[in-house]
Amino acid sequence: MKKQAKFGIGIGIIVVSLACLAWLGYGESKTYYHTIAELQSLKGAELSHRMRVGGTVAAGSIRRFTGRVDFVLEGEGKSLPVSYVGSDPLPDTFVDKSQALVEGRPTDGRFVAEVVQAKCASKYEAAPGGTVATSSTATK
Amino acid sequence: MDVFGSFALILAFICAVYAFGGGIAAIITRHPLLVKSTRQAGIATCCLIFIATFSLEYLFFSDNFSAAYVVAHSNRALATFYKVAALWAGQEGSLLFWSFLLSIYVFSVLIAYRKKNGELMPYVGVILAGVQIFFLTLNNFVASPFKALAVPGAHGAMDLVARADGNGLTPLLQYPEMVIHPPNLYSGYTGFTIPFAFALAALLARYPGEKWIHLTRKWTMIAWCFQTAGILLGAHWAYAVLGWGGYWGWDPVENASLLPWLTGTAFLHSVMMQEKRGMMKVWNVWLVFSTFILCILGTFLTRSGVVSSVHAFAQSSIGSWFVGFLVLIFTVCLVAYLKNRDYLQSENQLDAIVSRESSFLFNNLILLVSCIAVLSGTLFPVLSEAVSGSKINVGAPFFNKVNIPIGLFLLFLTGVGPLLAWRKTSVESLKRNFAWPLMIGLLAGAVIFALGYREIYSLVCFSLCFFVTATIVMEFYRGAKVIRVRSSASYLTSAIELTMRNTRRYGGYIVHMGMVLVFIGLAGAAFNQNVQKEMQPGSSIELGKYTLVLQSFDSKPEANYTGLRLNVEVFVDHKPLMMLYPERRIFETNGETGTMVAIYSTLREDLYVVYAGQSPDTKLPVIHAYLNPLVKWIWFGGVIVVFGTLVALLPNRRAVLVLSGAKQPAPEPLVHGMTPSATYREGHD
Repeated sequence: MKKQAKFGIGIGIIVVSLACLAWLGYGESKTYYHTIAELQSLKGAELSHRMRVGGTVAAGSIRRFTGRVDFVLEGEGKSLPVSYVGSDPLPDTFVDKSQALVEGRPTDGRFVAEVVQAKCASKYEAAPGGTVATSSTATK
Repeated sequence: MDVFGSFALILAFICAVYAFGGGIAAIITRHPLLVKSTRQAGIATCCLIFIATFSLEYLFFSDNFSAAYVVAHSNRALATFYKVAALWAGQEGSLLFWSFLLSIYVFSVLIAYRKKNGELMPYVGVILAGVQIFFLTLNNFVASPFKALAVPGAHGAMDLVARADGNGLTPLLQYPEMVIHPPNLYSGYTGFTIPFAFALAALLARYPGEKWIHLTRKWTMIAWCFQTAGILLGAHWAYAVLGWGGYWGWDPVENASLLPWLTGTAFLHSVMMQEKRGMMKVWNVWLVFSTFILCILGTFLTRSGVVSSVHAFAQSSIGSWFVGFLVLIFTVCLVAYLKNRDYLQSENQLDAIVSRESSFLFNNLILLVSCIAVLSGTLFPVLSEAVSGSKINVGAPFFNKVNIPIGLFLLFLTGVGPLLAWRKTSVESLKRNFAWPLMIGLLAGAVIFALGYREIYSLVCFSLCFFVTATIVMEFYRGAKVIRVRSSASYLTSAIELTMRNTRRYGGYIVHMGMVLVFIGLAGAAFNQNVQKEMQPGSSIELGKYTLVLQSFDSKPEANYTGLRLNVEVFVDHKPLMMLYPERRIFETNGETGTMVAIYSTLREDLYVVYAGQSPDTKLPVIHAYLNPLVKWIWFGGVIVVFGTLVALLPNRRAVLVLSGAKQPAPEPLVHGMTPSATYREGHD
């Protein structure tokens, strides 16, 4: 029994310490996902969470300033003004009408984003329908 | 050609169905005609898939813009190189490419073993046919690459059209690296089907002994090698092309490729336990099942959009097919296991905590923990939505916090494991083997600390890297010394001879050495620096020991893009070193922009310069420069890992012992007390 106990303790220590680290890491990085519509109905503590919101970049809304890029994100008929304040350059795929995911916090009616991801000119999406510039118009 | 191709695909489906159904009948009845015909049907399935794939490629090369897939991903101006790659640029074609690569493996296995292992092969054939049927179903009925281009016409019917030219390949994919990364990664994913099939077959057939492990060892190593290369190529592409300064973002699609790598690595190691001591049989069977399931899960995550990532936002119905297949595979594995688990009884028990068995056990444990952590983190939005209704993401801090200690512990085991003895290691053996490496490791750590680098994880990592390097060098040194006694050749020649006599072991050490180099490269990330500034001609930035001066900028129209180029001169200590040309490209076909990063890479660090964009008020270029220490070691280490795997795949060179006359003294005992024999056994002790 002794060596079983030794192994058990060894394994237990490893698993418990990694679980603690996982818990810490989770707390540091957890980010809620909300739609634009949901954002307007959030109250109280939920508003201060770090969150991600997805939508489509409204055509013509991208305005670049020093240290900040403003644009409007649209989804499900609602729109959300966003200010990107991160230091990294915006991805090359971030253009009018691209699908974008912003990460940050809502502040005073705007959304302040620290990270912006725009859809990779990707291979695997289903055709959103009919635009010549994107995928085929074949029957799906 | 498209009719020809789709016809070949449907025929392939029919052959696969026969190989599967007839194969089951062959197992039950053992009728030799059934056995033979189902094997041939399996081979025919592969050949038909080859034909279908070549047909699709032909459509690309002949600029056939009546095929919808060709229109979507190619145009006349596209370079030939990229027309080949356009095959896997979209959903349908990449699924066909998956079937294609899988068929190469299936074809090879069916042909190689057509006259051997008669007890096992019928089962293997059925399982492989089953997997192929799934992908052929997708290829034929769900996502056909041979669809003709059509638009809605009058009266609700679809009218066939042909375009004059296509939409062209997405600019982000028009890089050589993006062309080699998918074939490597897919060859890894599909390759793991082979050990899976053999493991399941052995379980179902209750095939005696560890023979299935011997048979599949080479296939597993090949698949693992491709998977490793695929992951590193993807990381390098992200680094050199995307321009965000990093190589790994814990994005769901990246994680999807890592998960089977983790269980595959665990499997590769713990089969040694089964071969030598008949232990860990249940573990091994579930490790290889999990590896295969994770491969399918990986492609499901990438294609279905179930988890949002930079790679895939849109939802696609193909996801439900994969979920169904995953449930089916898991059920089959579980039932096979439950029915046959007495066949998997261990022959031996763990004897001591300081033994090679225990190091393999811990190796398995932490790789599995890492796998579970990465899987949970990746699927967290799905899980949290199911449980609490809100989608929660976890990011890099979570993954790094868990995986960095795991990586360091793995590094430690890499040094310690090979030098522990089976069953139990004595204290004298520990002292003899570990005294020097331990001292070297601690000394290295102390020196690095003294030089001012205080980041704790990096310190531990570097110490361990030196420790492991010392253990590996010691192993080669000791073995080479023994060979030198007989042959009086140089140490280098003896080391090569040593390696060739036991390729699996010493090839494995080379792979470990490559991993050590990769870890050195990863440790450098703690010391990354970067700076961003708006520049005009003549202005400069300082970063580390470099000074960057913007000399000028220009714009150059090319075949399918306009290049906005910055001419940056790099100085070190006021002496001009070189010119760098970071660039932004604007593509005509769809207005997208691409970044060409300019990298000056040395062993010490990478100077990584990006043309980040134009300042909105002044329209002046903004440069983002990064100093990334030790990154080159990652790529270099990757090459060594692949080299080591290739060495390990070579057959052993048999040693010839020349016996001499009675006057000679008896030969020295060889490594670790082995006595000389006419041939060297594979393995250790």
